[in-house]
Amino acid sequence: MTPAEIRQTILDILADIAPDEDLSTLDPDRPFRDQLDMDSMDFLDIVMELRKRYRVHIPEEDYPALASMTSTVEYLTPRMKDIPCK
Amino acid sequence: MIAPRAEAHRVVITGVGLTAPNGNTLAEFRHSLLSGQSGVTRFETRYFGATVAGVCHFDELRYQSRKDLRRGTRAGSIAIYCAHEALRDAGLDLNRLDRSTIGIYVGVTEHGNVETENELYQLQQYGYDLQFWSHHHNPRTVANNPAGEISLNLGITGPHYTLGAACAAGNAGIIQGVQMLRLGECDIALCGGVSESIHTFGIFASFRSQGALAHHEDPTKASRPFDAQRNGIVVAEGGCLFVLERYADAAARGARIYGEIVGYAMNSDAFDPVLPHADRQAQCIEMALHRAGLSPDDVDIVSTHATGTQSGDVQECAALRRVFGSSRRTRFNNTKSFIGHAMGAAGALELAGNLPAFQDRVCHPTINLDYPDPECSLPGLVAQQPQELPKVDVVLNNSFGMLGINSVVIVRRV
Repeated sequence: MTPAEIRQTILDILADIAPDEDLSTLDPDRPFRDQLDMDSMDFLDIVMELRKRYRVHIPEEDYPALASMTSTVEYLTPRMKDIPCK
Repeated sequence: MIAPRAEAHRVVITGVGLTAPNGNTLAEFRHSLLSGQSGVTRFETRYFGATVAGVCHFDELRYQSRKDLRRGTRAGSIAIYCAHEALRDAGLDLNRLDRSTIGIYVGVTEHGNVETENELYQLQQYGYDLQFWSHHHNPRTVANNPAGEISLNLGITGPHYTLGAACAAGNAGIIQGVQMLRLGECDIALCGGVSESIHTFGIFASFRSQGALAHHEDPTKASRPFDAQRNGIVVAEGGCLFVLERYADAAARGARIYGEIVGYAMNSDAFDPVLPHADRQAQCIEMALHRAGLSPDDVDIVSTHATGTQSGDVQECAALRRVFGSSRRTRFNNTKSFIGHAMGAAGALELAGNLPAFQDRVCHPTINLDYPDPECSLPGLVAQQPQELPKVDVVLNNSFGMLGINSVVIVRRV
């Protein structure tokens, strides 16, 4: 997956777990938490969905890397580069 | 023990919020009960396949976001809908209330089966690897979930919990509300019962294995208590929560009062896990009447529990004949014949459906009583068509459940 494809993957997951939010105005550099009504259970949903959909396992100590879109894509790019886009 | 009669201990119903398979407000529900409209439809559920059930169609998004629905439970959604509707019906504005003085007491027959079945079904698709087990499982399945979802949604900080009382749970929730008001533990009680049971295949399969699941070519004919051709229970979902207040508080704010809860009782059969016991049911009814200071002839309408099983209907009728045999005034009806058995919500919904009778003096009927079972003979049984009565001052509501739990609530017109 390319960084652009990973970004779209995260947007798809966010659309599922935060269905009331307008994601079109998401600022990639600001924390999700500052822009979206999200709590710790929602972040665990992101982790779970990546595990379910792509078998990507994110250790707990790396959770801070999922703070914003930019940091998430950066973190996931080396881990998902060999995964084909669905 | 006789319930205290001091003014401070008088408790009244000032609001009703409900969703039933045939109505999402008390007015809609009452209209369906008086016009013979069933809420039972064809229904299909995982593994079990085609069956019939009472299915609710309330607007889930009226009081919850789509994210709330995804994270919570069906029972929670039903409870939240009923709580909002009850408070609105009572004319109470949460913004003008001290939310720490509101207690939430929700009866449930069971909770967690739906969510556990769903999680196991999902897990199966991942080879039962537990790393795919959801972090939402615990908050969804804790036994207080439906009451807790109300608290979270409405920002109510008083006590909240559920009461597990099998199919007596709706009455048990109401009784808990009365008791907490009398103890001064709350000033407003949101109480009653909810059920999401149609979303678990287990309840259908278990009733079928027990020979107690209803079936009929016409779903609207499947729930037929007291009828010789009855063949079991129609499982339904639903909810009904009441706003209860001390009479003095309700009167002081000029609230509309549906009725006063003048008596209640609960007891146990200590007899059999699933079979009912007429002796203990009769005792429970008599105890509630005694506490209310009423005689059987004072009761205008008995809202029966009968579910459409062979033994259950016969046992309840035996209990009713024993207590009300000499009463020429008392009429009997059955709401499950319209909506099926709404489990934890049944007692509350069935009481609610009868409350408008204080005003319109009409006893809604038991429908689908085409071939009355002689063993279920009740002289005052209102069958097929509503019956207008000279007056309706007292309604007595029966709700019984598995493991031999019996409950009775008596409401009097104010």
